[in-house]
Amino acid sequence: MEQHLRADHPVVAAAEGRTRLGRRLAPYGLIGPGGLWLFVFFVVPMFAMLMLSLETPIPTKGFVQGGYRFTFHFAEYAQAFTQYHVQFARSLLYAAVVTAVCLLVGYPAAYWIAFHAGERKTTYLFLLLLPFFVSFVIRSLAWQFLLADQGIVLHTLERLHVLPFGFHIMGTPWAVMAGIAYNSLAFMVLPLYVSIEKIDRQVVEAARDLYATGWQVFTRVIFPLSIPGIFAGFLLTFVPAVGDYVNAAILGGPSTTMIGNVIQFQFLQGQDYPMASALSFILMGILLIGILAYARVLGTRQIEEYV
Amino acid sequence: MKTTTTGGSSSGAGAVGSPEWWDKQTLHHVLNFANWPYYIDTSKGQHPSLTLFTKQSGIKVNYRPVINDNAAFFATIQPSLQAGKPTGWDLMVITNGPQLSQLIANGWLIPLDHRRLPNFAKYASTLVRNPNYDPGNKYTVTWQSGFTGIAYRPEAVRALGREPTSVADLWDERLKGHVGMMSDNTELGSVGLLKIGVDPATSTPSDWRRAATELRKQKEMGLVRNYYDQSYINALENGDTWITQAWSGDIFQANESGYPQLKFLVPTEGVMVWHDNLMIPLHAANPLDALTYMNFVYQPKIAAMLADYIWYVTPVPAAEAYVEKMPGGKVVASSPLVFPDKEMDSKAHNYYTFKGQQDLNEWNSIFEPIIQS
Repeated sequence: MEQHLRADHPVVAAAEGRTRLGRRLAPYGLIGPGGLWLFVFFVVPMFAMLMLSLETPIPTKGFVQGGYRFTFHFAEYAQAFTQYHVQFARSLLYAAVVTAVCLLVGYPAAYWIAFHAGERKTTYLFLLLLPFFVSFVIRSLAWQFLLADQGIVLHTLERLHVLPFGFHIMGTPWAVMAGIAYNSLAFMVLPLYVSIEKIDRQVVEAARDLYATGWQVFTRVIFPLSIPGIFAGFLLTFVPAVGDYVNAAILGGPSTTMIGNVIQFQFLQGQDYPMASALSFILMGILLIGILAYARVLGTRQIEEYV
Repeated sequence: MKTTTTGGSSSGAGAVGSPEWWDKQTLHHVLNFANWPYYIDTSKGQHPSLTLFTKQSGIKVNYRPVINDNAAFFATIQPSLQAGKPTGWDLMVITNGPQLSQLIANGWLIPLDHRRLPNFAKYASTLVRNPNYDPGNKYTVTWQSGFTGIAYRPEAVRALGREPTSVADLWDERLKGHVGMMSDNTELGSVGLLKIGVDPATSTPSDWRRAATELRKQKEMGLVRNYYDQSYINALENGDTWITQAWSGDIFQANESGYPQLKFLVPTEGVMVWHDNLMIPLHAANPLDALTYMNFVYQPKIAAMLADYIWYVTPVPAAEAYVEKMPGGKVVASSPLVFPDKEMDSKAHNYYTFKGQQDLNEWNSIFEPIIQS
C-alpha cells in the first residue's frame, strides 16, 4: 500500500509552495516583456517630458545657448492653453466630425460585409486594407494632387462652368477633414465588422420570429449589440485624429492648423521644449477625461468587452 | 601630416587668422567641403570644376552635399565647436542668418587672409562685398546668392486685369485664396516690412509689430492660401497659388522645365537678397587648402562653370561672357535672375541681422504666431 503523505508533510508543503510561488509569479513573467517595453519607451519618456514641461530657459547673452533649468513652472500650462486654445478646440471639432463621418460611412460597409458578403468577406476586408499598403504620406499627397485647383476634378468642373473661377477645396477645413476621414476609415470599419460579425444570428432570427420589422431588428438588436465595436472604432479613429498633423500640413491652409502641428513646430523648429511638452500633456489630459466620460455614458462595462 | 597650430586662441600676433598665422600655414593637399545638394556643376557623376581644381592645385577634394537646412547642419557642428574640437570640415556653405551670426559672434570661424584672395578683390560683384552680416568679408565670401521676390501665373493677371507690380498686390482682394506666403519667418517678416515701406536691414521691433499686423490682416481677409516651405513652387506650378513669394533660381528652373507661363517679378518695393557663404570653421585641419579653393572659384571661368549649372546669382559678374559661350548658355547669360542688371541690384534689400538670442526670440515671437494659428 502506498503511503500517502499528509498535506502538512514538509516535502509536500515545499513542493506546493514552489508551484504556488510559480503560479503567483507567472502573470508577472508574462507581462514582463511588454511591461518593460512600455516602461522604457513610454513611462520614462513621459516622465522626462513632464519634467521638461516644468523647466524654464536660463537667460543668455549674445547667441550662447544657456539650456534649461527645472523650476516647477506650472504657468507654462496656463500659457500654453491660452495661446493655443483655438487649435485645441479646432482639433477636437475636426476629430468629432471625422469620427461621425467614418461611423456613417463605415457602419453600412461593416454591416454589409458581415451579413451579406458571404464567402467573399476576406476579399472585401482585404480591399478595405489595400490602401494601407501605400505610405500614409503618399496617400495624403495623392489627395493633394487630386484636389489641386488645376487638378483633374476641379479644373474639369471649372471648365464645364459647374464651379466658379478660383473655386478651391485645398487649404480649407473640408480638405483636412476629408483627408483624415479617408485615412481613418479602416480603423472604424474593422472593429465594427468584428462586433457585428460576432452577433448571434439566432438572436436576429428570434427578433424576426417575434414580428420585429427590419428597422426594429436593427435598432433593438443589431445596433445595441454592436456598441462595443462603435466604442473601439471611436477610440481608434477619434484619438489619432485629434493628434493628426500630416493632413493639416499637406491639405490644409493658414487657418486649419491643428494642435499636432503646433506641437511638432514647437519641438522641431521653435525648439521651445517646455511649451511643446506642456501642450502634449494638455492634449493627453483632455483625451483621457473625454474617453473616461464617454465610457461612463456608454455604460460601465469592463474595458475588455469593448475591444 | 604636419600638425598645424590651428585652435590657438592667443590674441595679437600669431592669433588664429592673423597674417602671421596664415604665413605659417602650409598646403596639405586635402579639402573637406560641406555643401548643399545640387549646388555645384555636375556631369556624369563628376564635378568638372572640382576635377579642374585638383588638377591645377594637387588638392584632393572630399566633396559632401550634406547640408539640407542651416539649423540642422549647425546642430551637427555646434557640439564640436563648443568643446573646442575640429568639426571635420575645412569649408562649409551657410546662408546669412541666425546660424551664421552665431558662428561669428562665438568666434567659431577663422578670419580670412584677403592677401591670398586676389580673385575676390578683382572679380567679386558689389552685391557680395562688405555685407552687413560680415563687414569687410572678414569671415566669409559668397558662394551663390539669390533673390526673394514674387512669382505669378496668368490667372493672377486675369483676376487683377493687369500684370502684378508690387508687394502690395499680395494684399489684393481679387487674388483671395490664391496668395502663397513663405513659412520661413525671416522671409515672411521681411516681406511684411517691405509692405509697410521699411527697409528690413534697419528695422526695429516696433516696425516688426506693424508688419505683423499687416500680415495678420492679409491672413484674416482670407487672401493667403498657405504658408509654404520649398513646396511653394509645386503650389504655383499646379495652380493652387496664382501669386507667391518666390526664390529667383526656382522660377528660372521651372521656366526651363515645362512651366514657361510662370513669371518672376521684382516688385516696386524691392526684393530681398540672400547669400550662401563659404567659410572656414575654427580648428579646421586644412585652412590653406580651403582658402586656395575660395580664390579658385572667384575666377570668372570657374564661376561660369558653376553659374551655368546652379542658375542662382553668381558673385562674379565677369562670368557672363564665359556662360554665353557654353552650350545653351545664352538663356542663362541673358537672365537677370542669374546675372542681375542694375535695376535688380538697386532694388535688393538685406535681411535684418540678429544681434543675439534675445533679439531673435523677439522676432520669432512676433512673426511665428501668424504662421502657427
